[in-house]
Amino acid sequence: MSAVLAFAETRAGELRKVALETVTAARQGADSSGGGEVHAMLIGPPGVAARAEVLGRHGADAVIVVEHPALARYNPETFAATVAERFRSGDYRAGFFSASAEGRDLAPRVAAKLGVSLASDVTGFEVHGDSVTARHPAYTGKVVVTLRLTGTPALLSLRPGSITPVEQPRQARVETAEPAIDPATARVIVTELSQRESTRLDLGEASIIVSGGRGLRAAENFKLVEDLAEAIGNAAVGATRAVTDDGWRPATDQIGQTGRLVSPDLYIAVGISGAIQHLAGMRTAKTIVAINKDKDAPIFKVADYGIVGDLFEVVPRLTDEIRKVRKGH
Amino acid sequence: MEMRFAIAGDRKSLDQAGLKYEMGDFDGYALEVGLQQVEKQGSGEVIIISLGPDGVQETLRKGLAMGAARAVQLKAEEVPFDGLAIAQALAAELKDGAYDLILFGRVATDTANGAVGPMTAELLNLPCVTAISQLEIGDGRGTARRDLEGASETVQFPLPAVLTIDEGIARPRLASLKGIMAAKKKPLEVKPAQLGTARLVVESMALPPDRPPGRIIGEGADAVPELLRLLQTEAKVL
Repeated sequence: MSAVLAFAETRAGELRKVALETVTAARQGADSSGGGEVHAMLIGPPGVAARAEVLGRHGADAVIVVEHPALARYNPETFAATVAERFRSGDYRAGFFSASAEGRDLAPRVAAKLGVSLASDVTGFEVHGDSVTARHPAYTGKVVVTLRLTGTPALLSLRPGSITPVEQPRQARVETAEPAIDPATARVIVTELSQRESTRLDLGEASIIVSGGRGLRAAENFKLVEDLAEAIGNAAVGATRAVTDDGWRPATDQIGQTGRLVSPDLYIAVGISGAIQHLAGMRTAKTIVAINKDKDAPIFKVADYGIVGDLFEVVPRLTDEIRKVRKGH
Repeated sequence: MEMRFAIAGDRKSLDQAGLKYEMGDFDGYALEVGLQQVEKQGSGEVIIISLGPDGVQETLRKGLAMGAARAVQLKAEEVPFDGLAIAQALAAELKDGAYDLILFGRVATDTANGAVGPMTAELLNLPCVTAISQLEIGDGRGTARRDLEGASETVQFPLPAVLTIDEGIARPRLASLKGIMAAKKKPLEVKPAQLGTARLVVESMALPPDRPPGRIIGEGADAVPELLRLLQTEAKVL
């Protein structure tokens, strides 16, 4: 029985949540198509092998560890060559990447090296025998395309947050491997990784996102959004393009067609009208809450729960009530 | 203007009636980066390439009006969804071009795959940096910045190279009247696209799963307790 490979993304030697998502997806893909092993590929600096156990806990039967001092940071050419080499050396019917910034860079390189196709930014998939189908939002999220991948291995990159990591413990065996090329020969070199405010939760990893739009009227009023996110506890803060274009928030906070595509459990839209370009980035959220003073705003068409009202009254009240609930626990 | 957007009767393509194709947002940034680099270096020219049916000629003319020197249409009646099939056609066209930079948008606004740039780079065996938001070129080398989730990377690479361009790096210029007039006389070459075999095919298209119709639960701050109750007991997300 052929195996399924999952690329386990790390940053600064730590696993990212999307690594658990790809391993969980690979486990589901293998189990739903007759079984077979799940192999997780873990590339990083010496010591990264310590992360193998967590991958086993999420369903990996084997963890392929590639350690090298020059691989503390992402090294696109070495990573792509090494992952492609692994696919060539084994019998793999499918491979899973995350559609994270790193995965979106890595997966197409690997696909081209192997001469196979890639389904990108996938929100759902089925593996049956030799063929894989994948769902992919396209055309500004206006259409969901079901794609069929033929050829082996079938490669997919998963939209972060579209799969919930599940623990399915096994005792993963650890295999070590060497980089397929000498990292010193790589032409493209990441010379610096600067982490922004490391305490803040990333939009792709947060299960709850509180997001603000033009309705906030001024940059300093984003404090209302931040206070609400802080009261909730495990929430990240996002913004619309209008807000990032005006410099109220950094461009990297933008959610929408030209920004981040997110799928949190809960998305709270504060003062956001709901332009199609914004909806493209968040309409796959499981629950959407909208707070807006205009009852005709398009955001209310997709909001599971809408409150029509002045956000400057509604949001502080919501923050207060959540704080009370949290204290009661 | 009324926009019409519908899935065709075959349930696997878009109804083309009333659809107008334009340059993708990120492709506009890529073209602007190319034009700025030529201006900065004081030499060279920008060649603009598009793959698709004759409808792309309008987009190519727009690029010529912005300042590209010449255009190439790789003609294909249908553009496959498979990024690798497209990358193979582009690599066949670009392999002998001796370009210093090959620029792509980070992702196409319609198919939203983001794969063609890095795939083309692999096929050409050229260094590639994706989704860059800053760029410095000098002495045959480049330095770029890439934004990641909660972080950014500084990346160095030698030329020639393939880059895919994210937002924030350059705002596309508007074509001047003079540019529009000049564009009519600039060369636009049409060649058949040597597409690879598509092994990623559209099986069906559908409108996104309906969200339950939006529900307004109340007005003003007084609706907050009800919202909390619903989030805790119905949606179970708090």
